Amino acid sequence: MITAQHISKTYKVSKRDAGFSSAFKALFRKEYEYIHALNDVSFTILDGEMVGYIGPNGAGKSSTIKILSGILTPDAGTCRINGLIPWKNRIEHVKNIGVVFGQRTQLWWDVPVLDSFELLKEIYRINTRTYRQNLEQLCHMLNLSELLKTPVRQLSLGQRMRCELAASLLHDPAILFLDEPTIGLDAVSKLAVRDFILKLNKEKHTTVILTTHDMQDIEALTSRIILIGKGKILLDGSIHDIKKGQESTEEALAAFYRSHDI
Amino acid sequence: MKKYLAFFRLRFSMGLQYRTAALAGIITQFAWAIMEILMFRAFYQADASSFPMTFQAACSYVWMQQAFLALFMAWMMENEIFDSIVNGNIAYELCRPVNVYHMWFARSLANRFSKAVLRCLPILLAAAFIPAPYGLMLPESPGAFFLFLFTLFMGTGVTVAFCMLVYMISFFTLSPQGIRMVSVSVVEFLSGATIPLPFFPDQVRSILELLPFASMQNVPLRIYSGDLCGTAAWQAAGLQLFWLFALFSLGRIIDALAMKKITVQGG
Repeated sequence: MITAQHISKTYKVSKRDAGFSSAFKALFRKEYEYIHALNDVSFTILDGEMVGYIGPNGAGKSSTIKILSGILTPDAGTCRINGLIPWKNRIEHVKNIGVVFGQRTQLWWDVPVLDSFELLKEIYRINTRTYRQNLEQLCHMLNLSELLKTPVRQLSLGQRMRCELAASLLHDPAILFLDEPTIGLDAVSKLAVRDFILKLNKEKHTTVILTTHDMQDIEALTSRIILIGKGKILLDGSIHDIKKGQESTEEALAAFYRSHDI
Repeated sequence: MKKYLAFFRLRFSMGLQYRTAALAGIITQFAWAIMEILMFRAFYQADASSFPMTFQAACSYVWMQQAFLALFMAWMMENEIFDSIVNGNIAYELCRPVNVYHMWFARSLANRFSKAVLRCLPILLAAAFIPAPYGLMLPESPGAFFLFLFTLFMGTGVTVAFCMLVYMISFFTLSPQGIRMVSVSVVEFLSGATIPLPFFPDQVRSILELLPFASMQNVPLRIYSGDLCGTAAWQAAGLQLFWLFALFSLGRIIDALAMKKITVQGG
């Protein structure tokens, strides 16, 4: 179970006007602005839930994911994930989670995918039997068998993303964080990824927390959405609370953003 | 421990696949060694008695240095590590149940060893067949050879521990370039990579020999060429142990600080 209470995070952002003279001035006096990325955010997510975490760019989605996965320390607030505080018990905590950042890669660039998987096996101390089972299952579900021996640099984005998903799941994590997993993917790959996430949740009961800008992802995958804007939670409910009978989710969401001035 | 060994293995096998780079490296190092030896020859012809090492010892020093270049050169830092700090890919590494410092340490060691393994044999073989005094001479005794091997590993450890400091400090700066350039030049000069430390004036040398930089290539190369032997060799090995421990501990402290205040920017 994930409980987050009153989480706040402020970033210090350096600011200056464009141009040479301001650059010169900034040499002597730097100006900073404080941005409240997260402002008193609280929510609870139960085991086995699939939650869509949405909001416009810069709303604080990635910050939340980073805090939940233990790589960012919030300024205030508490968070417990299966009894552990992520940023205090980072190493214990990350054993039980899987993370996919759609815009980054965790696979070793110049070696075959399988080498990266073998490394993960050692890092997470997965015993050989479980590893084989999981690998076989993931290969089957994500259709990877052709790709495992290829160096990562020669995979297409869609192929790589399927491998990234598998890499995050080899150690049977109880919770999976997906940060824009379908970004840049073609229709076929998107459907494959969605299909897989649904199956995973059904069969292994993995808790999935997903951030995305793709409304079809949300509609296909999640029954519950948490909508965040300017660092605050604006809505915690289902997609229908936004749609309210409108046909296009995209437009309904844009209208919602506008009405909240975010 | 096992997971860090796995990192070592993967980085090592990855390093072995860059064959063309190794070939190019070997050729460069040959050319460099020949140039250096010719330069020393000119000096020694002027007045051999005014130099602290025999000409043959200086040649052995140069050949060994070129053969094991990858173990000691500070500029062979890993761009991938700097990249992951600058572009935020470190996010993934932080999502693993591993200590970042230990992981990168294992990785850097593997990188250096894989490069050295590919390059050292051809150079050592060829240098052994070059006639004296220009070629590589055999070590004085089996004892000296084993002490050479031991200090070779320790020296690599000190070099990696020093590079780790540079990686760790990069967490606090916008760009790693500055600290990298400064530290590389300092190491190059003070470790005996440009000219062996015995060639420095005595007073300067006695200070330099106490610094961590002298615990890198200086000790093993001078033990091999017979310049450093007996009690002095053992003392130098002891100092290596001390610096390895000191740099490692300092690196771990900076690591702990960095982990507390790290912010991975961008979505």
